[in-house]
Amino acid sequence: MSDTSARVVIVGAGHAGGSAAAFLRQYGWKGSITLLGAEKVPPYQRPPLSKTWLKGDAQLADLLLRPEAFYQTNRIDLRLAAEAVAIDRAAGAVLLADGARVAYDHLILATGAAPRPLRVPGHDLAGIAMLRTLADADHLRSLIVPGARIAIIGAGYIGLEVAASARTLGAEVVVIEREARALARVASLPLSDFFQQRHAEAGVRILLDATVAAFEGSGGRIAALRQTDGTVLLCDAVLVGIGAAPNEALARPCGLDCDNGVVVDAAARSSDAAIHAIGDCTRRPLPLYGRTGRLESVPNAIEQAKQAAADLCGRTPPAPEVPWFWSDQFDIRLQIAGLPFEVAETVVRGEPGSGSFAIFHLAGNGAVQAVEAVNAPAEFMAGRTMIARRRQAVASRLRDVSCSIRELAG
Amino acid sequence: MPKVTYVEYNGTEHQVDVPVGTSVMRGAVDNNVPGIDADCGGECACATCHVYVDAAWLDKIGLPVTGSQEASMLSFAAVAQPDSRLSCQITMTEELDGLLVRMPEGQH
Repeated sequence: MSDTSARVVIVGAGHAGGSAAAFLRQYGWKGSITLLGAEKVPPYQRPPLSKTWLKGDAQLADLLLRPEAFYQTNRIDLRLAAEAVAIDRAAGAVLLADGARVAYDHLILATGAAPRPLRVPGHDLAGIAMLRTLADADHLRSLIVPGARIAIIGAGYIGLEVAASARTLGAEVVVIEREARALARVASLPLSDFFQQRHAEAGVRILLDATVAAFEGSGGRIAALRQTDGTVLLCDAVLVGIGAAPNEALARPCGLDCDNGVVVDAAARSSDAAIHAIGDCTRRPLPLYGRTGRLESVPNAIEQAKQAAADLCGRTPPAPEVPWFWSDQFDIRLQIAGLPFEVAETVVRGEPGSGSFAIFHLAGNGAVQAVEAVNAPAEFMAGRTMIARRRQAVASRLRDVSCSIRELAG
Repeated sequence: MPKVTYVEYNGTEHQVDVPVGTSVMRGAVDNNVPGIDADCGGECACATCHVYVDAAWLDKIGLPVTGSQEASMLSFAAVAQPDSRLSCQITMTEELDGLLVRMPEGQH
């Protein structure tokens, strides 16, 4: 067991870093905790940024992970606008942009991921937004006004959630997607079909197999974008939502093992015994699937925050969880459990046209690998249980809605 | 301010002030009460804020509406019981001063 009077420094005050600080205190950590955040706001929830926050339906207090007074009450030294620029592993210190050094006995890297920029001509014009931080969201919100023509690059979850919010706010929305379908990398074909249809019904235009060649401006502001086929699309603002890359800028130069994410084990330990890494910045074991991967999600941030805190406090590590995700668009609540690796058969349960259905993904032996549930919380919860228990299912019975989901989940 | 007592699975009690209009989930999270994770932040999407409502309070709070998102989530939550609620769906009122909820063994 580690010495609980030692100094923990957490780099990154997002959902992972903020949660790790709280769990350390819950688990009895006696030593100091320093939480370094590059942004000016205390740890907050990012998922609402594309939804309730963008639509003006949430207050800052709703977004905050914990109230501001929490950190002092729990003896957490929260330092905001404190940007870490390097790690001195030999000395056990983090270097900040303002020249300060923060000494650690244990370091937790929670540096998150950064949106991938689209480096085409005109990418630095005013009116082009990305979405990761509260400041990004406020910028985006200022651009989405009734009647504005918003072009969204990328039909992933960020792109489609913003498209839904922007339509609700009365903007004209076009989504430009490089692949042949929306959500190509993160959803199955029936789910892509469903979302494309619902967005079309709501007046969102989705252009597939379409690639942006350049942004064109007028007086320094975005005015249009040109596709590789020469088509020009007039627009007043752009959101680039083409995925995110793990922030390894601290971990790589100091020699930590990185491979599209800081490589960690099931206790969130990096290749240095004094350094844990958690959240979006990591490549982690996926024990249910016998491989490693990156999971960009709040549940993953919380799970790894618990792993690191438990490891430092000498507690039994928590049992592995089934990865899960959610998305809200218009009146659609999507919940996904599991990951669709080695899928041999896909079963749609329920009628997509009804607006409530679930898609189960089965391995060759019938084991449920993943479920995508649309306005179907019971199927989501049942699927999550089946995945955790490695339960095998019979496709024909899953498809048969007269078989109760309770019976199928056993 | 109304108070809520949260009882961990191991029996440890936490009595905290929860402002009127705040959810019982938020009251636990804001006071770092262990055992309520609230992954989704109160969107009724995850069932990681599951509690058992003490019998003396069940009438005042009531059960989740049949067919609601909460009822569906709870029907498959780990170790659900007839007195189960998702604490993000219970809003604090003056009438709930003294409320007692117990935590399940785990939230998954």
